[in-house]
Amino acid sequence: MDTYQTIENTVRDSYGRIISYLAVNWRDDEAVEDALADALVSALESWPKKGIPDKPEAWLLTVAKRRLMDRVRRERVSERAYMALLAMSEEAQHMESAAFPDERLKMLFLCSHPDIDPSMHTPLMLQVVLGIDAARIASAFMVKPSTMGQRLTRAKARIRSERLTFEMPDLAELPKRLDAVLEAIYAAYGSGWDDLAGDSRRRGLTDEAIYLGRLIAAHMPEEPEAHGLLALMLHCEARSKTRRDEAGAYTPLSEQNPSRWSAALMAEAENALHAAARLDRVGRFQLMAAIQSVHAQRARTGNTAWNEIALLYEGLSRMSPTLGVLVGRAAAVAEAYGAQEGLRLLEAIPSGTRGSYQPYWALAAHLHREMGHVEEARAAYRLAIGLCEDHAVRQFLQQRAMEI
Amino acid sequence: MHFTLMLFEGTEDFAARKDPEKQQEYLAGWSHYVHALRDSGVVVTGFGLHAPETAATLQRNDGTIFVQDGPFTETKEQLGGLFVIDVPDLDTALEWAARAPVNAVEVRQNLPAM
Repeated sequence: MDTYQTIENTVRDSYGRIISYLAVNWRDDEAVEDALADALVSALESWPKKGIPDKPEAWLLTVAKRRLMDRVRRERVSERAYMALLAMSEEAQHMESAAFPDERLKMLFLCSHPDIDPSMHTPLMLQVVLGIDAARIASAFMVKPSTMGQRLTRAKARIRSERLTFEMPDLAELPKRLDAVLEAIYAAYGSGWDDLAGDSRRRGLTDEAIYLGRLIAAHMPEEPEAHGLLALMLHCEARSKTRRDEAGAYTPLSEQNPSRWSAALMAEAENALHAAARLDRVGRFQLMAAIQSVHAQRARTGNTAWNEIALLYEGLSRMSPTLGVLVGRAAAVAEAYGAQEGLRLLEAIPSGTRGSYQPYWALAAHLHREMGHVEEARAAYRLAIGLCEDHAVRQFLQQRAMEI
Repeated sequence: MHFTLMLFEGTEDFAARKDPEKQQEYLAGWSHYVHALRDSGVVVTGFGLHAPETAATLQRNDGTIFVQDGPFTETKEQLGGLFVIDVPDLDTALEWAARAPVNAVEVRQNLPAM
């Protein structure tokens, strides 16, 4: 592994830990982020020449702290803050040899605090815990970068002004708060699994989402939904590379060659799902993961138990009847019990909600085509193609539409 | 709010408009996108433009007018069409931009009508 790769890995692993550790005491996110950014630049200059230090994380922490102290001296902030910082730095001297406290979990909860706009939970996490810059987050969520920057700044200002704290929520609050954390991580992974068309615009952040998923499952082993979310993402990830063939053409799940799916990721996913099942509290992420697990079994058995998938969707649609779930359920029922049954469920979805939801029209087109409804199929294909954001999927649908 | 989507196309896109083999697929891509836009009720106005080589560009230099053949800037991607849409915010306008069958779209909010 080369030095830069090591630096990158260390940064990914340590960034959030160091930021959150410093931020808990220092309370000025911007100063802390600036200080760590300086430390990273120093690392990039020094490590390739002098070699990677034994404890890269402690090295970064020491340099970042030194920068914060410099800043204090420069800005001559109150004596009290300076003293607090001194004390903290001494305390940290002792700690560097001991285990580094992992504050990232608290940071995840803070970033998805109910007082913060839910649409900002994921961007905040990505920036505060993983150090991803606003421009990359903006592209992943298709937002103007300067707008994303302003929204992040506003959300951080809110954390400060409302004096939101880094405490873990208490037990009564925990399920709801954990759900917000998991939801935000899932949003970072993207809509890949329930989106029939295989929207690919968020692919860039899937690694980061899985990283956070592993983190939260490792630190909250008693929470089945944390394992469920991890299993869900890993199953989807196992198939991510088979969604395009060698020529770059879109390949739907049913036509993918299961021998090309990642066995290692599927095994890790199954382990996570078993860990969840042992805790005996079902939840929507576990159900979504179970659906993907049934798909994964095709690698072993050669066929897909659509009736099981339909049943899991039935449970899921009672727990969380989102548009994606309702469309997925109609697709599964169509496979298990025929296009007519699927179409009946699809058409029962209120027309006000489905508007510009591309997967709805892609499924409607497919089912009408199966049933020989030429006019309806053509009309649905037009919308499915027109609403499509992915070039390969658009070509795939155009091909299908021409075959009618 | 009114936003303008400026849809940029490459040389190969402009060529596909006239190529008998690629014309149909090219036009189908557009007609479905335009249909989806209109179906959602956001369109204020919209149209395609003839190819950049048909353009006439007027430039004033020290008070003297020059007219030249072709577009103002000779870049690889050229303006191929425009849509004005009425949507709540820039985020929604970008969603529609992402669906366009082109590789580059510039999105700007319109000033109020004079």
